[in-house]
Amino acid sequence: MEAKLLMGNEAVAEGALAGGVNFFAGYPITPSNEIGEIMSRRLPGAGGKFIQMEDEIASMGCIIGASISGCKTMTATSGPGFSLMQENLGFAAMTEVPCVVVNVMRGGPSTGMPTLPSQGDIQQARWGTHGDHPIIALCPSTVREVFDLTITSLNFAEQYRTPVVLLMDEVIGHLREKVVLPQVESIEIANRTQPTCPPEWYRPFEDNKSGVPLMASFGDGYRYHITGLTHDEMGFPTTKKDEVTALNHRLHRKIRQAFEDIMLYETFLMEDATAVIVAYGCVMRSAKSAALELRQQGKKVGLIKLTTLWPFPRIALENMPEQVQEIFVPEMNMGQIYREVTRVNQGKLRVRKITKVDGELITPDEIIRGIKREGADSAKRY
Amino acid sequence: MTQQYELRLAGLGGQGLILAGIIVAEAAGIYDGKFVAQTQAYGAAARGGFSRSDVIVSDEEINYPKARELDLLLAMSQDAYEENLPLLKPEGTLIVDSTYVSEIADAHVYAIPFTRIARETFGRENVANIISLGSITQIVPYVSEEAMARAVERRVPARFLELNKKAFQAGKEAARDAIHKSALQDEVQDEI
Repeated sequence: MEAKLLMGNEAVAEGALAGGVNFFAGYPITPSNEIGEIMSRRLPGAGGKFIQMEDEIASMGCIIGASISGCKTMTATSGPGFSLMQENLGFAAMTEVPCVVVNVMRGGPSTGMPTLPSQGDIQQARWGTHGDHPIIALCPSTVREVFDLTITSLNFAEQYRTPVVLLMDEVIGHLREKVVLPQVESIEIANRTQPTCPPEWYRPFEDNKSGVPLMASFGDGYRYHITGLTHDEMGFPTTKKDEVTALNHRLHRKIRQAFEDIMLYETFLMEDATAVIVAYGCVMRSAKSAALELRQQGKKVGLIKLTTLWPFPRIALENMPEQVQEIFVPEMNMGQIYREVTRVNQGKLRVRKITKVDGELITPDEIIRGIKREGADSAKRY
Repeated sequence: MTQQYELRLAGLGGQGLILAGIIVAEAAGIYDGKFVAQTQAYGAAARGGFSRSDVIVSDEEINYPKARELDLLLAMSQDAYEENLPLLKPEGTLIVDSTYVSEIADAHVYAIPFTRIARETFGRENVANIISLGSITQIVPYVSEEAMARAVERRVPARFLELNKKAFQAGKEAARDAIHKSALQDEVQDEI
């Protein structure tokens, strides 16, 4: 394939089309607009459906309905729209409907700064909808990775029957880079497992080894009930303790069992590192520059790039080399992943955050200054 | 040693600077075969607010994708000039649209009236961005003229292709005059 100059948001659309999305519903919002715009142009020609709904609540409802009827679905939004989607996102988690929600994070809270980047919705992606649900959230750092992770998100959604959040930020959404996309034939695509039994034998929420029930499409002759109420194997409301517990446990188990497949992360320069930067999204790029510059100054700095944010990839921190003494977490929020790092670290290593919330991408110099100031060998006086 | 150049095209919303940035990135990335990263920042208004487009051109993979120290600043408004001048490297190149940027503190400047040329020669101000791209190819070596011309062809709407080709040519010619003037300026400086 030839090289193309592609924007992050364009790469979402390309990934969606390559990954098999055939239904997209959305409502325009900066800085995610290009995704819906491209899908509206390209999807009908590719045999799919695009619909602009009256708001984000309806958009989320729409992709859930379409997914239940057998479509591979996606929507794209940003902060305020993501807030509106939360109730239905919880419905999708409870009813185990595969779908992908792209959130191109902008400055917040509230309408915040529409055109400027932030990483403020990390914990919202985890806990924005009520109830004790599991969720998967992935976070890309390059335009090529946006393409790949869009497909991974679709695959995870189908494999585990769960909503997946693709957490982008404005920097990556609007960044243009030269990319070479893979051949369509080489792309691995996962689809939900459908029942093959006679319709009258189908138990729509029956447990199995994977914890992921077989999913029949509405219209295929399998009549079944779907509700956001806590339900039994047949999909009907229940408050029986054994059935309630079984459902809640299974919802968590199906994700937990697959931790090793879901927890994606990369490491750089870790062999001899004494200090480690943990970063994700656009900030990972600044962190990589900072690590390389600090190495030139003789400080042994490594980098862990978190690709999966939820479930939190704790193994990335648990497998840290012995000589590591301190961890730095630069973020464009007040410390949302820092909170997770300290939780997993359990006081073993020194952990410091480097935050920036002014609507600009944190620079390598700011990370370097943060490390020099907050590090164990800093000259800072208390 | 990595060769990395940081370019910023800055001005007002509506001047076509984001398109210009995309064209520069496409020229350098796709047609010259370099690594590129192009980003933009703009105000919420469609016209009149600030607008800027950064392009990084490098021999190697680019990590931090925004411009920090500029090798080239193209300023299309007085505000853009004043805001971004502090980021220009001492040896960096400064190009201004002298239609709008009149108060210039820096002596080493290529002052070209892009918007006036657009208005007077083509009867429409919105080709000023393409004129400026023509000039950039003559003044700095980061993007080849051929690559830039190809990227312009690819990115402008087909029905305006001829107009934009002429605008690109006009930019090249305007730059040659500016280079000549800049050389004279340097001589004067030397004598003093």
